[in-house]
Amino acid sequence: MNRIAPSLTGAPRTIVMGAVLTVVAIAATFGLDPYRNFQLATIVAYFCAVAGLTLLVGLTGQLSLGHAALMAVGGYAYALTASLATDMGLDGLPRFLLGMAGAIAASTLHGLLLGLAGARLHGPYLAGLTLGIAIALPAVTAQFSGVLGGDQGLRIDRDDVPAVLSRLIVVEQWQAWVAIMIAGVVVTGLAAVRRSSLGLRMRAVRDDETAARLSGVPAGRVKVVAFTLSSVAAGAGGAALCFVTQSVSPGAYTLAFSLLLVVAAVVGGLGSIGGAALGAALIVMLPWLVATLTDLVDMPAELEQRLSGNLGLLVFGALLIIVMLARPGGLAGLRRGRRTRRTSAEDPTPPSGPDAVAATSPTGATAADPAPASALREMPANDQPRTPQTVLQSPTERER
Amino acid sequence: MSQRTATGVSLDIAGLTVGYGGEPVLHGVGLTLRPGEVVAVLGANGAGKTTLLRTLAGLVRPTAGSIELGGADILTLRTEDRARRGLALVPDGQSVVAELTVDENLRLGALWRHRGAARERAIAEIYDLFEPLARRRSSAGHQLSGGERQMLAIGRALVAEPALLAVDEPSLGLAPLIVGDVMTALRDAAASRGLTVLLAEQNVTSALSIADRGVVLSLGTVVADAPADLLASDADLRHAYLGF
Repeated sequence: MNRIAPSLTGAPRTIVMGAVLTVVAIAATFGLDPYRNFQLATIVAYFCAVAGLTLLVGLTGQLSLGHAALMAVGGYAYALTASLATDMGLDGLPRFLLGMAGAIAASTLHGLLLGLAGARLHGPYLAGLTLGIAIALPAVTAQFSGVLGGDQGLRIDRDDVPAVLSRLIVVEQWQAWVAIMIAGVVVTGLAAVRRSSLGLRMRAVRDDETAARLSGVPAGRVKVVAFTLSSVAAGAGGAALCFVTQSVSPGAYTLAFSLLLVVAAVVGGLGSIGGAALGAALIVMLPWLVATLTDLVDMPAELEQRLSGNLGLLVFGALLIIVMLARPGGLAGLRRGRRTRRTSAEDPTPPSGPDAVAATSPTGATAADPAPASALREMPANDQPRTPQTVLQSPTERER
Repeated sequence: MSQRTATGVSLDIAGLTVGYGGEPVLHGVGLTLRPGEVVAVLGANGAGKTTLLRTLAGLVRPTAGSIELGGADILTLRTEDRARRGLALVPDGQSVVAELTVDENLRLGALWRHRGAARERAIAEIYDLFEPLARRRSSAGHQLSGGERQMLAIGRALVAEPALLAVDEPSLGLAPLIVGDVMTALRDAAASRGLTVLLAEQNVTSALSIADRGVVLSLGTVVADAPADLLASDADLRHAYLGF
């Protein structure tokens, strides 16, 4: 994108890039058979949730182990609102839009409530809270089985291919299109946030909450907003999945799946949108790939039975370990590693792009202070003496 | 450096008592700064300098006392809201956000105050003030030298055009030559912007060289409050409270 349209910067660039990638993904569905299109739709639904999670963990440092439950919130809200719309005699686009509105409203509310609690909790405590939500989901659906359908979950009517397109594509491809468009909007939004000043505030809060607050950043509010955005992304993913499978049930959003979403974000590379796409593709394709490969190998029936379902997890665990050892930045870090090395080297050329505005005042520097420019030299920063006073106060700093 | 929106304000601290659970660290500290005044808070380790500044910024809650900035009570405000009232604290230890670049650190400081072109202008002014930073725009905070980090920490506070700048031990961990540069830059910034400055230092000589007035803290109470030149020249005062 840099080389294609260098003049395009900031949010417009993110939007154009998101639109281009969405169109490319839609075009790609023509090359896939119905089952592959179904897999693609699942991948992009997961992509929403993983992208939301990677933004939360990577940018604000808040860990959620319950994102599957937040997906379920979106899925259930979509199913309930869409059923309601069916009862009102709506179908097609109006029903879909109502369903999405319901899903987004419900996941905003849940994200806000969890975020408000989470902003007061640090590290393992927030992880524990979200873990609890993931564990509680089946019990909640069982308790309110009248509305949420218990273990069976909810089923909704299928949305058929619109009449204009019905000669061109089959329903699986149409579902993939819808899922891709949902993911396109959601992830483009997340990418824009990541590049915005809100993204900068989030990273500042993650790295040094005290410094951020001293710079006027309302750290608590930033965390709540981040959690809410992440929850909306997960909810949209859940709604997309509900649209594709026409069903939502607690069995689809287990604790194991919640943890798998975290693994996807970590393997892909925390904070990276591209990494989230890779991670989402991995959690859908890897079990299938492993199953296909084991089918090729001739092995005793007993062994095959034991491996079935478990081998995929084993491979996933191994992959996680390998990535953490070889590439702590995740798979997306393969690319980023190179970029960091380039910028860290002393770069005498003036920067281009948005930064260049600040560089255009070569005069006036000497008027303010002639001394620091000449005399400041490299000093090692890390071995400063700790006075008893600072040692005394560091625990209170941690607590806050 | 013309058309400043913010100039220095007064600061009134009275009866400030602060503790971390046990024996108070500050006992009824009172301190008044006139607008545009540069005041050095001096004292040995454990005298309460850092606690005073952290309480001022709202990072520590006092058990008693009042803090007024420009005549308005700020004691109930949160840290971020005090920053938005024009109170900037540069904490000790060259506080920069290590994972952000120099440019991002400065943008962070300017976010709430400026938008668009005004933000870029404010950042450009900081690069004028601290030239070494201009050469390291895209370096991460953790890649900077100690002096550069201290400049960036001060720059991040100044870019928001505060009315009161509180700086905690800017000389800590820096080579003497660089301490002089940082102090000069602080003095110039204060003079050109009409800032009120509260400077906590153990390095008495360099602090008094840029201050109008010196306040000596000892074991959590104010034991001396005198013009900087008097404090620097009066051998008895120096010997009694500053130990040289």
